Amino acid sequence: MKAGSLASVGLALGISGFTRDAAVKKISPAVIKLEINPFIIIDTAGNITLVNPRPDMGQGSTQAVPSLLAEELEVSLEKVLIVQSDGSGKYGSQTSGGSSSVRELWMPIRKAGAAAREMLTTTAAKRWNVPVSECKAEDGKIVHPGSGRSFTYGELADDASKLEIPKAPKLKDSSDFKIIGKYNKRLDVPERVTGKAVYGIDVEVPGMVYASILHSPVIHGKVLAIDDSETKKVKGVLKVIKTERTMPHRTSEAVAVVATNYWAALKGKKALKVTWDNAEFEKTLNTADYYKATAQAATKPGVNFEEKGDFAAKYAKAQEKLEANYQTPFLAHAPIEPENAIAHVKEDGSVEIWGPVQGPDWTLRDVCGYMKVKPEQVKINVALLGGAFGRKAYHDFVLEACHISREVKKPVKVIWSREDDISQGPYRPGMLSHMQGFVENGKITGFHHHTIGESILGQVFKGLKEDEADSWIGGELSSENSKYQFDSASKISWTNVKTDIPIVWWRSVYASNFGWGQECFVDELAHLAKKDPLQARLDILPDPRFQKVLKTLAEIAKWDEKLPEGSGKGLAVFKSFGSISACCITVSKKDQGVHIDKVVSVIDCGHYVNPDNVKAQTEGNIVMGLTAAIKDGITFTNGKCDQSNFHEYNILRLNEMPKIEVHIIDSDEVPGGVGEPGLPPIAPALGNAVFAATGKRMRTLPFDIHNLG
Amino acid sequence: MAIYNLSVNGKKVKVDVDPDMPLLWVVRDFVGLKGTKFGCGMAQCGACTVHLNGAPARSCQTPISTLTKTDQITTIEGIGDGKLHAIQKAWIEEQVPQCGYCQSGQIMSAVALLKSNPKPTDADIDVAMSGNLCRCGTYDRIRKAIHRAAEEVKVAESGIGKM
Repeated sequence: MKAGSLASVGLALGISGFTRDAAVKKISPAVIKLEINPFIIIDTAGNITLVNPRPDMGQGSTQAVPSLLAEELEVSLEKVLIVQSDGSGKYGSQTSGGSSSVRELWMPIRKAGAAAREMLTTTAAKRWNVPVSECKAEDGKIVHPGSGRSFTYGELADDASKLEIPKAPKLKDSSDFKIIGKYNKRLDVPERVTGKAVYGIDVEVPGMVYASILHSPVIHGKVLAIDDSETKKVKGVLKVIKTERTMPHRTSEAVAVVATNYWAALKGKKALKVTWDNAEFEKTLNTADYYKATAQAATKPGVNFEEKGDFAAKYAKAQEKLEANYQTPFLAHAPIEPENAIAHVKEDGSVEIWGPVQGPDWTLRDVCGYMKVKPEQVKINVALLGGAFGRKAYHDFVLEACHISREVKKPVKVIWSREDDISQGPYRPGMLSHMQGFVENGKITGFHHHTIGESILGQVFKGLKEDEADSWIGGELSSENSKYQFDSASKISWTNVKTDIPIVWWRSVYASNFGWGQECFVDELAHLAKKDPLQARLDILPDPRFQKVLKTLAEIAKWDEKLPEGSGKGLAVFKSFGSISACCITVSKKDQGVHIDKVVSVIDCGHYVNPDNVKAQTEGNIVMGLTAAIKDGITFTNGKCDQSNFHEYNILRLNEMPKIEVHIIDSDEVPGGVGEPGLPPIAPALGNAVFAATGKRMRTLPFDIHNLG
Repeated sequence: MAIYNLSVNGKKVKVDVDPDMPLLWVVRDFVGLKGTKFGCGMAQCGACTVHLNGAPARSCQTPISTLTKTDQITTIEGIGDGKLHAIQKAWIEEQVPQCGYCQSGQIMSAVALLKSNPKPTDADIDVAMSGNLCRCGTYDRIRKAIHRAAEEVKVAESGIGKM
C-alpha cells in the first residue's frame, strides 16, 4: 500500500504501530498511548493489517500476536496480514526479548481488537437502526441474526473510523476463546520449509555491495598497518577500508573488504595482512584470570540484594552446613544465521537499515546515536531472524554496515562469518555462584547465594552503581520470585568482577547461570538433610503454583519409581520471566560418564496462546540447556578466543538427543514468558541426576558427559 | 573468472564466476536461489546442504570448478516438483521449524535419506541427520517428521485410498 491508497484506509486504531506511510498519516498524533494507537488497520476492502511490534526469531511472535487480535476481532488468523513495526517511537517497545511478546501485548492487542469490534458493531447497528445488543461480530462480518442481514468489516470500516475509540471495550471471556489456548498451525511454516522465507541474510537492495570484516584476533586490537596487495588482486574486490566495531563499552578497530559479491569479500579478507597492536589485551584478557578473580571475590562479602535474618551469624553457629562454588562459562549465541545487515547512508544524510534485528526501536536509537542523525532520518526494515537468542539485540554489526556505507557511499551488506560470530562475542557472561547453606531438623533453613561476575546491566547499559547489587540478578533469585522460604536466614548478594570481554543477554539471561548454583545446591542440602530432593523442595516451596508444578513433574517423570543401580534422576525448578518451569532428567552410568535417558519438562506459563508453540519452545530450551551443560564454553587466552567455529564450539546434534517429554500446566494465571523459562532448570536437573547415578557432584559447567573425571 | 554451465533444479544456468567460488554462493548470489543457507563455511552445520546428482552435498565446500554441466544440482526450491514433497508436508504437520533457517538443509538431508532408505530406523536417522545443526532445538520433531513422511510415502505407494 502506497501513499495514494490513503482513501481506502477506513479504520485505523490499536496500540503501537505499523509501517504503512499512508495509514500512519491517518492516525491522530494525539492518540499515542499504548492502549489506543495504530496497531490495526482495517481498510474498506476488509483487509486487516496488524503491525507486529515483536520481530520473529523463531519464537512464534508472528502467530502469537495476531492470535490476540484475531480472537477479539472475530476473524480467522489467515485474515490478518502482518507487517513489522519500523522502530519509530510511536509504536512503543518493539524488542523481542525477556520473553515479553505475549506478556506485554496480551491486554493491549486484545483491547485494540475488542475496540475495533465494538466500533464496527456500533456502526452496523446504526445503519440497521437496531440495538447494538442484537448485533454480533462473526468471521469478519457484523451480523444481525434477527433479520439475517450482515455487513463485512470492509463495508463498515470508513464509518466506523469516525467513531470515538472506546476506552474500555469489553474483552471476550476466556471460555469463549476460539484461537487463544488452542492448537493452531503456524501460518509461517510453509514458507520456512520451501526456502521462500526471506531472512535478513537474503535481503538484497539495488546497488548493494558486500562487506566482510576482519576483526582483531586479539579482541579490541588496534590496526597498525594494512597490507592489502593480495586482497586487491581478488576479482570483485572494490575497496579495503579501516573500519570500526562499536560496542556499548568500547570501540574496536577492524578492516573491511568491500566487494561486488560476498565470496569475493571473504576471499579478499583471507588474503589481508594486517598488523595489530594487541598490547593492551594480550596480557590482561584471560578467562582463567577472570575466574580466579571471581573465586577470590567469593572469599569476601558482597553487596546485599536481599537478606532475611542475620545469615552470617546463623551460618557460623549452624551444625549441619555446606559451602560450594558453582561456575558457568561464557557462551556464544551462535544462531545459525550469522549476524548481518544492510545499511544505506544516503546523500541527504538519512539512513536506511535492512536486517534481522530483535528490536527495531533499539536499532533506531543506536543508529541515531552513532550516525548523529534524528529518528525521522532513519528507517529500519526488520527481516526474519534466523535465530538470535539475544545476540541480535546487540547492534555492533548494524553500526559496522553504517560506517562502511558512509565510506563507500553505497548500500552495504555486512555478513559476519561463523568465526566472527563465535570468536568476537558478545557472549553470555561466565559467572560464579558462591553458595552457603544449612539444615535444621531435616529441613533446609539457611541459604546464601553470592552471585559473582560481570554485569550486563553495567557493561551494556551502564546502569549499575559500584555499591549496588545487580537488580536483574537479585530480582530473579529473590524470595519474592523464587518463592523459597528459608525459616532461619537467607541472603542474595553480589560482587561485580569486571571484564572487557563483550557480554550481552543470552537465552534466559542470568537465570541460565544462576539456576545452576541455586538448584544444585538445594540438592546438596537436601542430601545433607537426608531428604528426598523433591520432598526437600516441597518443604520450602509452599507456593501452590510451585507445588503443583513439582507434583505434576514427579507424577509424569515417575519420580518415586526405583531405578536400577547406576541410574539416577535429578530435578530442578526455576521461575523466570513470569513462568515456572521444572525438569527431571534420568541418566545411567556408561563407561566413564553417563548416558541421558530422558528429559521431562513441565511449564506453568499461565494463559498461553498456542500450546504447540509452548511445547516447541520448551523442547528448544531442553536442547539449548543441554548444550550449555555438556558442550563447549567460550574461553579466552591472551586476549584471543580459543573457539572459532562449530568444530570447537559444538552444539548438541540430533544423534545425541535423549527422549524428551513436555507437559504444560493448565492455568488461569496471567500470561508468563515461554521463549526462555524452560532453560534454567535443565543443567541443574542434569547435574543432580549425575550425582544420583554416580555420587559425583558436578559444580563447573560445561562438563564432559562421557568422562566425569 | 570463468564461464560455467550448470543444471540447477532441472534448468540450464550459465554463470561467470571465480573457479574457487563455492556452489553455495553461486546458487545464492548468481542463480538467485536464496533458500540454501550459509551457516559455518566449513561443512560443520549442514545449513548449505543441496543435492548433487541426488546425494546430499555441502555446497559451502563444493567449488564450482569441480562441477560439470551434467551434474544435477537440486536445491530446496527444486525438490517438490511444483508441489510439496512428502518431507515438507510432514515438516508442516509436525510443525518442525522455529526460526526455520537450518530447515532447508535439514529437509535436503531428510529427502536424500528417504530416497535411499524408504523406512529409516531411529539409528538410520541419527546417521543421516547428525550433520545438520539446529540451534532452536527442533531435533525431536525432525525425527518424528521423517517417520511420518516415511509412513505416508508407504501408504501412498501401497495404493491405500485409491479404491
